[in-house]
This record gives sequence, C-alpha cells and structure tokens, in this order.
Amino acid sequence: MLYRESGQFKTSYVRDQAIFPIAQDRWGLFLLLLFAAVGVPLIANEYWLGSILIPFLIFSLAALGLNLLTGYAGQLSLGTAGFMAVGAFATYNLVVRIPEMPILLAFVLAGLIAAGVGLLFGLPSLRIKGFYLAVATLAAQFTIEWVLTSFGWFTNYDASGVISAPPIVILGYAFDTAVSRYLLTLGIVVLLALVAKNLVRGAIGRSWMAVRDMDVAAEVIGIRLYRTKLLAFAVSSFYCGIAGALWAFLYLGTVEPQAFDLNRSFQVLFMIIVGGLGSILGSFLGAAFIVLLPILLNNAAVLLGGQVRADTLSNLELIVFGGLIVFFLIVEPHGLARLWQIAKEKLRLWPFPY
Amino acid sequence: MNSGKRLVAGGAILLAALAVSLPAAADELFVPMPIYRTGPYAAGGSGIGGGTEDYFAMLNARDGGINGIPIAWEECETAYQPDRMVECYERQKNEGTKGATVINPLGTGLTYAILERAAQDKIPLLTLGYGRTDATDGSVFPYAFPMVVNYWSQATAMVEYIAQESGGKDKLKGLKIARIYHDSAYGKETEFLWDEMAEMYGFEIRHFPVAHPGLDQKATWLQIARRFKPDWVISRGFGVMCSTTVMEAARAQFPRERLLGIWWCGSEEDAIPAGSAAVGYRTTTFHAPGSDFPVIDEIVKYVHDRGNGNVERDRVGSIYYNRGVLQGIIIAEAMRKAMEKFGVGALSGEQVQWGMEHLDFTLGRIQELGAEGLMPPIKTSCYDHEGGGLVKVQEWDGAKWKIITPDWIKPDHDLVRAEIEKSAAKYAAEKGITPRDCSAEN
Repeated sequence: MLYRESGQFKTSYVRDQAIFPIAQDRWGLFLLLLFAAVGVPLIANEYWLGSILIPFLIFSLAALGLNLLTGYAGQLSLGTAGFMAVGAFATYNLVVRIPEMPILLAFVLAGLIAAGVGLLFGLPSLRIKGFYLAVATLAAQFTIEWVLTSFGWFTNYDASGVISAPPIVILGYAFDTAVSRYLLTLGIVVLLALVAKNLVRGAIGRSWMAVRDMDVAAEVIGIRLYRTKLLAFAVSSFYCGIAGALWAFLYLGTVEPQAFDLNRSFQVLFMIIVGGLGSILGSFLGAAFIVLLPILLNNAAVLLGGQVRADTLSNLELIVFGGLIVFFLIVEPHGLARLWQIAKEKLRLWPFPY
Repeated sequence: MNSGKRLVAGGAILLAALAVSLPAAADELFVPMPIYRTGPYAAGGSGIGGGTEDYFAMLNARDGGINGIPIAWEECETAYQPDRMVECYERQKNEGTKGATVINPLGTGLTYAILERAAQDKIPLLTLGYGRTDATDGSVFPYAFPMVVNYWSQATAMVEYIAQESGGKDKLKGLKIARIYHDSAYGKETEFLWDEMAEMYGFEIRHFPVAHPGLDQKATWLQIARRFKPDWVISRGFGVMCSTTVMEAARAQFPRERLLGIWWCGSEEDAIPAGSAAVGYRTTTFHAPGSDFPVIDEIVKYVHDRGNGNVERDRVGSIYYNRGVLQGIIIAEAMRKAMEKFGVGALSGEQVQWGMEHLDFTLGRIQELGAEGLMPPIKTSCYDHEGGGLVKVQEWDGAKWKIITPDWIKPDHDLVRAEIEKSAAKYAAEKGITPRDCSAEN
C-alpha cells in the first residue's frame, strides 16, 4: 500500500521518463535530502559529522565510481585506490603550484587528470576481460603508489613524503568547521550521484550495460566497444579521483601515498559487492556497511569494556564483521540494494499480500 | 527462559555495562589509547599499548595516580588505519574531566592523520621513535613530540656507530653501505640524509627498495650480496619485512654482525621468526630490553601479580613492552611537571603540552623512577621536542636482546638540526603558520 503507484498517471513522455517515476520515491528522496542538509547538521555533533558522516559520503562516492565501471560496464577493477590517490595528489599539486586556483576548480581538474590516468590503464580492457583485466588494473594500483612514493615532485619534495591540505576557502568563506565540511561534501556527492543516475539511465548507461551483458552482441547492434569501455574507465576514475581529493582534503588533512594502498581498493570493491553491483543506491548502502559497521561494533565493544579482555574485544569486532558479511551475502547474493528492492515490492502489497 | 525473562536479563547486563562505563565524578587524567591488537602489526600495538597501560595501572595502584589524581584510559582499536585513527581521535578527545591530555598514535601514518587536528584542539601528540621528524622543531609544531630519538638522528647515530666499529670517522672513507628499505614514504624518509652523509664521509651508499609487505627479497639480496658486496647493510622495515631481511642475509651468507636494523626491526617478534639465522643480528634502540629494572618489578608486583595485566605476562620485559613503559614514564612525568606549574588536579591537553616541553630526566631522576639503565637522559624545550637523540646498539644472542654499546651514541645534532629547520620552515610556509618565538617561552 505504501508503495502503490495506482492513480499516478503518466500523461506525457516527459513524465514517463522522469528520473523517479513513482511519487513515493520522489518524496522520500526529497525528505531524505532535506534531512541530510538541514536536520543532520542541527542534531549531529562534531564527532558524528566529522568522523562518521564525511568518510561515509566520500566512500559512497568512490563506490559509486567503481560501480559505474564494474557494476554497469562490467569491467572488474582493482585500481580504485590508485585513482583516488591521483585525485588527491593532483589537487594538492594544483593548489600548491597555482595558488590562485579555486579549490572547487582544482577538484574538477584533479578529477579530469584521474580520468586521463584511468583512460590509460583502461586500454588493456580492449583486449582482455574478467579476472585478467582485474590483474591488469592491479598494475595501476601498484604503479601509481610507486610513482607517488618514488618521485619527490609529487609531494613537493616533502621530507616525510606526505602531502597536507591547505585551508579550504571558497569565495572567501573558510570551510574549517565539521558542519561546513559536511555540507560541502554532501553537496558534491549529491551532485555527482545525480549525474551518475542520469548517466546510467541514458544512452551511455544502456551501452555500458549492453557491453556488460555480452560484448559481442553489443558490438553487433552497433555499440563501439572501445569508446564505451574507455568512457566507463574515464568516468569511473573521475569519480574516484574526486573521492580521493575529498578524502585527503576534507577528511584526513595530511596523507601519505600508503593511505591509498591495495587494501583501500579492496575495501571499495567489497562495498559494491555487499551493497549491490549495478545500483546507485547499492553504492551508498555498501559504503555504509563497510565504513560504519566496524565503528558501530567498536563503540558497542567499548560498552563491554572491563568485562571482556581488550584483545578479545578487538578480535571479536573482526569476527562479527566478517560473520555479518557472510550472512548478508548468503541471504541476498545480489547485495543490500536488492533487499531494498524486495522490501519495496512487499510494501506495494502490504498489508494485504496475496 | 521465556522471552520476557530474557529481556529482563539482557537489560540487567546492559545496565551493568553502562554502570561500569559511567564517568567517575572525581578528577581524573584521561589518556586515550589508540591501539592495534589486530592485523599484521599487532605485536607492536599490543606490546607498546599494553606496557603503557600497565605502567598507568601500577601508578594508580601504588600512588593513587599522579599526586593522588588517578589516570584513566580507554582503548580504541585503530587497526593501523589512518581513517580509523581519526574516528578514534574525534570520539575520545573530549572525554575525561578536561578532555584528552596526550595521545600516542603508535604509527607514522596515524600521526599524520591527526597532526593538524591535535594542534587545533591543543592536545599534545607523543610519538616515541616514529612520527614526523621535523616536528622536533617545536616553534612550528607546538603539539607534536617525536621524543627520545627521531629517524634522522637515528641515521646519523648509525653512521657514528659504524665509524666506532671501523676505528674512526676517517675509516668511513671507501666503505660500502647498502640500505634496504620498505618502499613507502616511511622507508624513503632517511634516504636523502644517507646520501648527504655519504658525500660528507666518503662512503658509498646504495638504496634497495622492497615492496610491501616485504616478504619477497630474494632478487634484492642477489644484487646486494653478489653484485654490490657491501661492508654494512642497514635494514629499514617494519613487521614481517624485518625478519625476512635477516633470513635472506643468512641465506646470502652475509654476516649478521654487519646487518644493522633500525629500532622497528629490533624486537623479539622480529628476531625469533628468523630462528638461528638471527644470532648476531644488531639493531639500534633507545631503551634497554629485559625486566631487571625496579620499575618493571613494581609493575609485576602491583599489576600482574593481582591479575590485572593489560598484555600477556610473558611479554613483560620485551622490547615493545619496555617501549610502552618508557612511554608511560614520559607521560606521567609530563603530567607531574604540568601540576607543578598549574596545580594539582585534572589537566587539559594544553597544560600537559607545557609539561612535555619542560621535561628533564636527569640520571638522578631516572634512578628515582626505578628506570636506571632503561632509558637515556631526556631534556626537552620549546626549541627541541626530541630531547636527546641518544641511541644504543643491541645484539640478538639467539634467545634475547643484549645491549652491546655500554655508552649512549650521540647523533650528529648539527646536521640533523639544519635539515629539521629547513623542513619545518617549508611546512610553516605551506600552511601559513607563524613560528613561535622560543626565546619568549618559559
């Protein structure tokens, strides 16, 4: 009943092609965004905004980027953290070397640089597929990390080999509080998520999905493979690059290349596997699961502090987290987004299922 | 048990848990303990963290804390991840009577992640033998303390030791030194300094990177032992890389007495996995191993004998454990100093920072603390956050570490200081920081 769309007539093509054709979705999303932009800053404290919600949003963006590539275009990639590193270090170099550069422009340019690098490492996808491509993108991960560590130019010859973010000022307003940083991150993530949503339901997204489902058939119906695949790599790396820049500039502040190691790539990959491949919502759910759950478990463990030995507690956190991943993948192999879809189907009939 | 009873029982357990975690009404000195008891580096995290906690527990049990104010601490698992470190920091920074007093992140990457936040929140960071080297310049980094020895001092002290072994600085000329390092920002950090010293003293240095985690060193050792044939090999790794280096050196028949590791390669956990290959292997250290110190006896008496240890009892007296105890001693002393100035009571981070900047561990004071021979003399100031830079060399005899240099080795202070000031000035310029005037501090 809650999700029943009867009575919502689509009387024009424009309404039929609307981004959220069901009124409940439209209103739900609108209320959610309103809550995120107005409600959350009012009720959340600095700890929640600064160290839980900002990393969640940033990782959602990275997962979204990888989901475009892996979930929609079917190209498995293990280079996500590498592309994030490119974004972070490119932003740093742009800002340090061109002091007049506005930070938002630097983010966009860094995203474009990351897209360029992604394009380069996407070239092997024209010849190889599946797990072999994963290994080829692994090369991106290692090469990028090695280059950033080995050549001092990228860190402006910092003795410790790290970059640190200068103060973030946009149009004279300094983003130095947790609230302002949260809102800035939220704005960028919502904007890019909207773009992604429109990309995947348009011609580009359809050609990506065609390539994913069967590339020979896609070629037969006239989709140019190399353009489609490379575009997916470029767009995905653009998203990851921006996520990396936000991660370095709005969250950590000071970063070494090792903050973008292979584990980070796996982390993002697990997000889209747990959240749901080929789903925008899944990227957010997966990021929430992988980023927030360990923190939640850790906080819960603190409550038990004193009753259980400290080392047992630390390992218990890993055990419970691992157990939950297995549980969710058994219950729903298609990810959390699929669970939401099933819930929607049920809500449509509720409370009178047949 | 029916569901109603179960609910009641569950509620009771939850209430009991809450009652324990409720903050005490009395004053306390709160120290957040970011720690990693899981993952590849767990030996370091649990050993150092456990040692510090044991020392605090001993002070609380013996003296009721510091001048009667108990020390409170709470662990937070970082898993050696910078993002988790930030989360822990934000969660714990305002706990306790006056917020966090001092934080020891236990990792260089973790230190970077909270360096600026801590400076903004006025909470001192104590980084014992790791962290940002140029933070030694307290005029630019008032809230970071890379104490006892930093990485650059260690590199110069290593050269000093090699010179001692070779019979003088003039004998360094013509020596060949290979440096095998973890291919990361951490591993590369001292490269430029070695190059500079090679030019100064006329020895030949070559650097050999090893990719993380450092298990694959066969090709590197072929190059080192067959082609380069060095007189000394410096090992700069962490975790599993260190013991692999020792084993590969044995396989290449390179004398272990000429394999000199940094202190993060010098724990029992680094030597034992290499078995008999590690006999004779040497590393630097800035504190002594073993449990023959009055302070360790006190810890065993007041903490472990009562079953309150924060780490397994058989690790008491190990390298990481003693490093943790040293960390505890420094924190406690900084709090005492701060209370001398600000009065007895709960302290804020800003007040402890003052204490950290006015530490003076003389030989007499070290003896009073029961740590004679465990730690070097340390004296800090606004100008110098390192506090000494003294190093010893230890050797693995197959069962335990033994100090083989009776006297503390001095680093090349002039060389290191010049580099630190250069680097700190660059950081200040990039960040728009106006350095403090250290001559105006008291």
